[in-house]
Amino acid sequence: MIDPIILFFLLGAVAGLLRSELRLPAAIYEFVSIVLLLAIGLKGGVELAKQPFASLLPQMLTVVAMGFGLTLLAFPVLRYLGRFKRADAASIAAHYGSVSVGTYAVAVAYLGSQQISFEEHMPLLLVLLEVPAILVGIVLARGLSRQTRWKSIAHEVFLGKGIVLLLGGLLIGWVAGPDGLSSIEPLFVDLFKGILALFLLEMGLIMATQMGSLRRHGPFLVVFGIVMPLFSALVGTWLGWSLGLSIGGTTILATLAASASYIAVPAAMRISVPEANPTLSLAGALGITFPFNVLLGIPLYHALAVWAHTFAKG
Amino acid sequence: MQRHIRKLLTVVTEAALEATLVRDIDRLHAHGYTITDARGKGSRGTRNAGWEASGNIRIEVVCDAATAGEIAAYLQEHYYDNYAMILFMSDIEVLRPEKF
Repeated sequence: MIDPIILFFLLGAVAGLLRSELRLPAAIYEFVSIVLLLAIGLKGGVELAKQPFASLLPQMLTVVAMGFGLTLLAFPVLRYLGRFKRADAASIAAHYGSVSVGTYAVAVAYLGSQQISFEEHMPLLLVLLEVPAILVGIVLARGLSRQTRWKSIAHEVFLGKGIVLLLGGLLIGWVAGPDGLSSIEPLFVDLFKGILALFLLEMGLIMATQMGSLRRHGPFLVVFGIVMPLFSALVGTWLGWSLGLSIGGTTILATLAASASYIAVPAAMRISVPEANPTLSLAGALGITFPFNVLLGIPLYHALAVWAHTFAKG
Repeated sequence: MQRHIRKLLTVVTEAALEATLVRDIDRLHAHGYTITDARGKGSRGTRNAGWEASGNIRIEVVCDAATAGEIAAYLQEHYYDNYAMILFMSDIEVLRPEKF
């Protein structure tokens, strides 16, 4: 059965495409995304407290390497096959090397409704995966020039809303522990899916606004927006399996790999690589890849994880 | 009551630029500024402020003509090519010239 939160996404998309009056006030959208980011962070933090940090190091390093690798792979494809300008190719590659928290939240909800467990420290990997792609993207666009103002870029990257709230949530969850958090659970745990539904309604509306630019920028972006996440999901599945993650964990890692950023990376690229056209990367990440992952990708990555695990057993 | 003429410099641009522009404006000797959220449409499409990447702001600076000219020239040189930005100036009357 189709999850109602997906129906909210479709409602937003249809309303947007039909040019309905409907829009969420900016402050509500902001609030909803803050609650989601904190809720994800808190949950991960509680779990982090239960295991020795050092045992997670291999996973953390692998994920960072994956972020670098996917961006570096996407760039030549966009530059030479897609014939994008250098700055545009670098910026789009950075979007696809990074992650989307919204997609992650939908994957968590999907696994929850199927009652599949996964490693709860995934939010830590989510935070780690945000950063490398941005750095690679800037270097690809600019080269290692002295003029790049790394200090202000670092400020933009590490003090952006997403990372501050995710890391903050992780720390609070870690310090407070499961008992300490029980008093705020009604907001961050019980209401999670309702909040996610509102978030997806808005995402549907935003996605619909990207359709115009997609029509202008043509078929390559559409194909790339579907093929790139499929390829990244294969990489994610393989890494998840090699790291010994559960089926749920492998599904999440594949989803993280496949998702494309639309909050942290656009903001960083706008400041650091201003000559890149933001319409292109947002049309791909939001117009194609986000809906693809939410509607088809996540169940597919789950199937892929199940297949990888049975195949490995022989 | 004596009246004093100053310039009102208004900049409408992407919200992503806010922190950078505030730094520039401070450095170019403006005594203050006012920022409001905005939305609208221009040559770079509709910016409806529904979420981060489509947010617009309007920055207003009241200052003397020389400072206004300096800020305008700086912004034009550094941001016009790559950002959605418009900028205009008007003469206004202020009552406390020492503030601006």
